[in-house]
Amino acid sequence: MTGATDPSAQPELVVVVVYPDLLGTYGDGGNGIVLAQRARWRGYRVSVREARSGSPLPEGDLYCLGGGEDGPQVRAASLLIEDGTLARQAGRGVPVLGVCAGFQILGHRFPDADDRPHRGLGLLDITTRKGRGARAVGEVLARFDRGPRPADGRRLPDLTGFENHGGVTTVGPGAAPLARVLTGVGNGGGDRVEGAWHGRVVGTYLHGPVLARNVQLADLLLGWALEARGSASRLAPLDDTEEEALRAERLAATEVRGLRGAARPFSRGFQRRGIGNPISRPAQPG
Amino acid sequence: MSSGGGGALRIPAARAALAVRTGSAVNRLSRLLDLGSGTVIGGRAALAIDPRLIGRLARGRRVALVSGTNGKTTTTGMLVAALTGGTGTGVGTNRTGANMPAGHAAALVDHRLAATIVLEVDEGYLAELIAETEPRVVVLLNLSRDQLDRISEVRMLADLWRQGLAGNGERATGSPMTVVANADDPMVVWAAMAAPTVRWVGVGQVWHDDAVGCPACGGRIEFDPLGGWQCDSCAFGRPELFASIDRSRTLVFADGTRLPLEIELPGTFNRANAAMVAVAAPEMGAATGAEVVTPGTALERLRMLVDVAGRFSTVERLGRTVRLLLAKNPAGWTAIFDLLDEEGGHPAGIVLAVNARVADGLDTSWLWDVPFERLAGRSVIATGERCRDLAVRLRYADVDHTVVPDPLAAVDAAIAAAADVAADVGVASDSASDSAVARSPAPDGAADRPGTAGPVEFLGNYTAFSRLRDRL
Repeated sequence: MTGATDPSAQPELVVVVVYPDLLGTYGDGGNGIVLAQRARWRGYRVSVREARSGSPLPEGDLYCLGGGEDGPQVRAASLLIEDGTLARQAGRGVPVLGVCAGFQILGHRFPDADDRPHRGLGLLDITTRKGRGARAVGEVLARFDRGPRPADGRRLPDLTGFENHGGVTTVGPGAAPLARVLTGVGNGGGDRVEGAWHGRVVGTYLHGPVLARNVQLADLLLGWALEARGSASRLAPLDDTEEEALRAERLAATEVRGLRGAARPFSRGFQRRGIGNPISRPAQPG
Repeated sequence: MSSGGGGALRIPAARAALAVRTGSAVNRLSRLLDLGSGTVIGGRAALAIDPRLIGRLARGRRVALVSGTNGKTTTTGMLVAALTGGTGTGVGTNRTGANMPAGHAAALVDHRLAATIVLEVDEGYLAELIAETEPRVVVLLNLSRDQLDRISEVRMLADLWRQGLAGNGERATGSPMTVVANADDPMVVWAAMAAPTVRWVGVGQVWHDDAVGCPACGGRIEFDPLGGWQCDSCAFGRPELFASIDRSRTLVFADGTRLPLEIELPGTFNRANAAMVAVAAPEMGAATGAEVVTPGTALERLRMLVDVAGRFSTVERLGRTVRLLLAKNPAGWTAIFDLLDEEGGHPAGIVLAVNARVADGLDTSWLWDVPFERLAGRSVIATGERCRDLAVRLRYADVDHTVVPDPLAAVDAAIAAAADVAADVGVASDSASDSAVARSPAPDGAADRPGTAGPVEFLGNYTAFSRLRDRL
């Protein structure tokens, strides 16, 4: 079968994991694995390029950026700006997912460990500053009120993940929040929102990895990637029993915590009891 | 403490004595009421009365501190064994793995008469403990990502260690400190090079994913296959080795001395730990009595050690051997997969257990940094409080798996499955098994069959491991 809708007849789908040596601290490389496998299981030919820093960023159909430490984050941003490929590809409508430090560098500005501002890629209308309070650490549950929607127009199931960051991100008029926070901190700006998106660029603070916890968001990104290169973007359903079991377990755990901790971020109660971070460290993004 | 402060000392001394008495009493009470071994709670009580107790109790003793992301409990146990010949006599240590200040205080209180103290130290507390205890030896094993929600990112820890080691120039006691450091971990080297005296040991570390960015200049560290490494933009590179492990499992010293690294504890990582201990033990001087332990004696004494705090121990259950393995983070899990490959055995079953309590790290994202793809072709059972996260990870790694949430039930399921396979194969004589392997190196799991005589491997992260060990 070689019809235009036969996935295996289509050109290979290239998923690029951006600089795992700099932005690979928090397990977010798993997002690339999830995207690739979900395409493979549907018959697409896929390759995952782990694009290390120091080489030109390859052209791909989908880009994933993960969380990292402060110094490497600054280096990643300046290398990506210099390289130019990511901005060019995003300009062509290729989807980009940025997580935590990788989310922050998609915006206009982000701080380093000493709170000096650094320029980001400007693919999202967001700016990040250092938070004054405790680092936001814990489970997050958020609702995709104004978030991106799949072709059928239905809202995606609630966003679940784990946050661990010291940055506060403000979403400007050129982007929309990804989701409204039900439990946890999220962007931390007081408006109780989490992440941001515009066009096919999506940013979030959530680890987990976020696409393993939210496979419908993964499928939305895959659909966009196919759309961006003019392929048929309808994806066959998969048996997501195990992913659903994980979601159910996490949602139940988050709800229990949410009730116990009211609207307070989980991490604060934690650190007050003195069993949180054993060493005093400056709040840092990432 | 300077001399001439006799008058001022009286109150702190009284306070310390009270703290010690309270700590002991609370410990006894805790044991009496069956609230656990009591070390941490007693230590906490003692520190509440005298926050500077650790420094006071450590004064005048030979102290060794062991820290790092992986292997610190085992290496601490090894160092005690090397210094005492396995008796433990005369050396105080925090054997229960209580590696934060309350545990340290408790160890010092419990072992008031021991002239030598060997402490396992949580990475985040090393700097302050160096300042407090003025150790004679500090053993630095490795630094990699672990419990990012609680501990810290790797570079921040390396900087903290570095400050702690550099700040140790003016010591009240004037006794010298030797750092024994892993020369193959750039993050450890960055920290240790601040210390005046370092014995660099080339242990052949394989996990490099947290050390690609140069901590000195932000450049890129290049690793060569022979074990060397060098930053591409500055002078930061692997230091000159005092000793290193060669391919034939021999510890080779710079002066040409060669010692065989034959130990019972399995795996490359344990040979690395043993090498560190062989170099560290002599630096403790005459730790127990008049004898200085030579590297050869140290290794001799490590040879018979079969488990430390239950790690690598085996348990017989329902006619089957179950081996208990602990790994807490991607580097640790990768090392255990290496061990299973190295042994080349065919375990009767593999049970993987993951929890995400405070001591484990609350975020399970690290599972995606573990190369579970290497288990493809084997059948595993996922268990533990976060078995659902593990199951999803295994699904995306194309590893055949089932989920049994309760760890003990999971072990029993693995034992039962092994028995079923044995029944299917018939009476699997050794020769039949061998030919089965030869015929089908089999991606379908048949390669596991001949090994039905092998153990069930239980691999868990911290609390998953500890809870199962206690239940068994």
